[in-house]
Amino acid sequence: MKVELRDPNKIMKLSRLGSFHQSKLSFLRSFLNEFKEWEYKRDLFNLNENGFGEAVYSFKKNKRVYSLVCFANDIKDEERSDRVIATKWDAAFTLHDGVPTKKDIERLKNEVPKQEVGRLSYKELTLSRANKSVRIYNHVVESLSKGQQPDLNLLSKVGYLYRTTAVYGSGKFGLADRFRIKNREEINGPFRLEMMLVYLVRQFTFDQVNHVAYYKNPKKAVKLDDNICKNLGIGNSTGLGMAPFIVNHPTLLNNWVLSREKALKKIREIKDVESQDSDLFIDCVKKSLKNITSWNTDSEYQQKKISSLLMDVEKFLNFIDKDFNFKSEYPFEKIYQWLEENTCEECIEYIVSIMMEPYNDIINPLVKEMSSDEEKYFNIPTYRKVDELRNIIEAKYPNILDINFEEKENNKNFWFISKNKEEPRLADRFEEHGSELEQPLAIARDIKKLYDKLLVSKNSLTIAEFLTSNSELRHVVRRAFIVEKFPYSEIQDNTIGKDLMPIDMLRLKLSFFGALKFDPRSDKWLRICMFQGAPLPNELKSYDEQWVYKTNI
Amino acid sequence: MKSLSEIETTVKRASKATGYSWGVSEETGKSIRLLELFSLPGIKHLNEYFNEKNKSKFENLNLIGENNSSSKNPYCPITLGVSFLDQINVLENLKKIEFKNVAYPIIFISFISRSSEIIGKKIYLKMDEKKKILLNLNVNISSNFIEQEFPKLANTIEVNLLENEDNFTDDEWNNLYKLSEETFVEESDSLKEGAAGAGLTDND
Repeated sequence: MKVELRDPNKIMKLSRLGSFHQSKLSFLRSFLNEFKEWEYKRDLFNLNENGFGEAVYSFKKNKRVYSLVCFANDIKDEERSDRVIATKWDAAFTLHDGVPTKKDIERLKNEVPKQEVGRLSYKELTLSRANKSVRIYNHVVESLSKGQQPDLNLLSKVGYLYRTTAVYGSGKFGLADRFRIKNREEINGPFRLEMMLVYLVRQFTFDQVNHVAYYKNPKKAVKLDDNICKNLGIGNSTGLGMAPFIVNHPTLLNNWVLSREKALKKIREIKDVESQDSDLFIDCVKKSLKNITSWNTDSEYQQKKISSLLMDVEKFLNFIDKDFNFKSEYPFEKIYQWLEENTCEECIEYIVSIMMEPYNDIINPLVKEMSSDEEKYFNIPTYRKVDELRNIIEAKYPNILDINFEEKENNKNFWFISKNKEEPRLADRFEEHGSELEQPLAIARDIKKLYDKLLVSKNSLTIAEFLTSNSELRHVVRRAFIVEKFPYSEIQDNTIGKDLMPIDMLRLKLSFFGALKFDPRSDKWLRICMFQGAPLPNELKSYDEQWVYKTNI
Repeated sequence: MKSLSEIETTVKRASKATGYSWGVSEETGKSIRLLELFSLPGIKHLNEYFNEKNKSKFENLNLIGENNSSSKNPYCPITLGVSFLDQINVLENLKKIEFKNVAYPIIFISFISRSSEIIGKKIYLKMDEKKKILLNLNVNISSNFIEQEFPKLANTIEVNLLENEDNFTDDEWNNLYKLSEETFVEESDSLKEGAAGAGLTDND
């Protein structure tokens, strides 16, 4: 049986993309898989009794070393903020390429805590900072210093000791450009170094609470139980900064979504499913219920999504238990069809993610296809003709062409870069100033403009000729030729309409990171948790691959 | 040191702020990034050009021909560069193209370098007779005046699209090939008999 890839016009709608969940393809899981054989080490731990100072952690294999350099700082409670405008953080980190010398550490000590206003060098690969979850951090230190383990109920409400508020890479603030390291096999996957940073930061948070608790009460203090550590992740506060990324990197977006779609297609095409595979799939779905029931959020929007997800997953399990026979032919195809007919988008994508669990042979090769050599597709094929471009747009953007951008509600917002912090923002063009400085992120509107121009242009004109008098549409001409080759490279929705939920764009990206427990704090930013349930560094050589469905708190 | 990613992003935004479209600004970002990668003064000249653009007028040339001359104001190197890039498949048919009066030619050259990669041909440039530049398929840019300042204005730029030909003689090649043969071993008759295709009498 041949199953078609799902239609980009359906899958690339924001409501669907905003329903994506982590999977075996997610970057934090593929990072663990890639680095499981590497030697992990804590090279330096120079903190004072209050937990302030420097620490270095590393992964090493043969002659390659990646070192996380941590700086834990003393800040006042009123200075602590998750907002991008903050200037001080509880801790700041950079991932250094190689073993940092004393001189490097001194240099980094002056720069890393400053974050955006500091300068890094080509020897540094990623940069980040994090704030304590003060409530949880203090409780854990207090408990450990008294010789007790912390209250699991309290821990489960948050799920982490620290949350990062930004993770930067690829040439930002002087960090190494991607091209310097792109030929390294171990990082042939998107955001692998960012994932490494976050993973090592998680270990630092455990070491720091143990250290502080010990100095608080050396005679009585105990260490945080490994099983509790394992069930804590690293939080992350994410704002609109992430949203333009997926618009600005179309071929990369395509490769992420295409990998997911290819995985699903191949799984739906499996005629006979082995019992061990169906058992693993069902076991993961059942165990994952804990992830849904322990998913805390004050967001009404997300609460509704969670409750319909929970209801539909339970309905699905009931269907599997009572009405389904995995011994029938093409069982995953039947499951997929049932999901489409009977459940919400959130549930469909949730189960699609879990379908991948038994199939390393399908997933692992796809992980290697998730990067992109973007430069290769940058040049516009200007020798092509106007009628070809028009045909591409008609075929690839059918729903976009139906949007009437003359209507105010479809043209309500504009994306801009804030002067204060150089971060992307969204505003109402009819109420706020600055829309003349709009960023080129209104792709749907501009594609429609391009199409209207093409309709009144001669078919035989080359694109080079067309562009001589239509320079303002050049950015979307480029995109249309990209979408011709990369069907999942474009969000098939209006990114400036009144109904836009920007967090759908954030969730899409975060799901590929492998984030759990999306907790929207508004329609423009959210908190998430990463690596909750993941093996600790000393367990990497042999760990349960389905750890993500087996968190205990 | 600024990363190339920072250079590209900042150039893109600055170009937009100067009045170019987003699409053209993206092209400018890529081109200046390239110059800086090759240690050529892209940022310096772009800065100077943008400053001058506020005060002086520059001509936009959208359709390039064999001889292109702006008698009044110098050509804008960005518009000229984007036009060259866009029209390279047509320009490829011309062996030689001449431009007169081009502002900040190093900026224009970065676009020609990218065009060299598109057509898969080296491009040789002569600027004001004495300055010579070879654009090698966008892999590098070599010139005979690397130590000197790039001019702010080129009175003439002669662009030659080179055919893909060896830049050595047959004799030089044959000598080298002969030497390489000394690493080969003469096969015995019995080995020849067992080699692939041996024993076949037809020509299928």
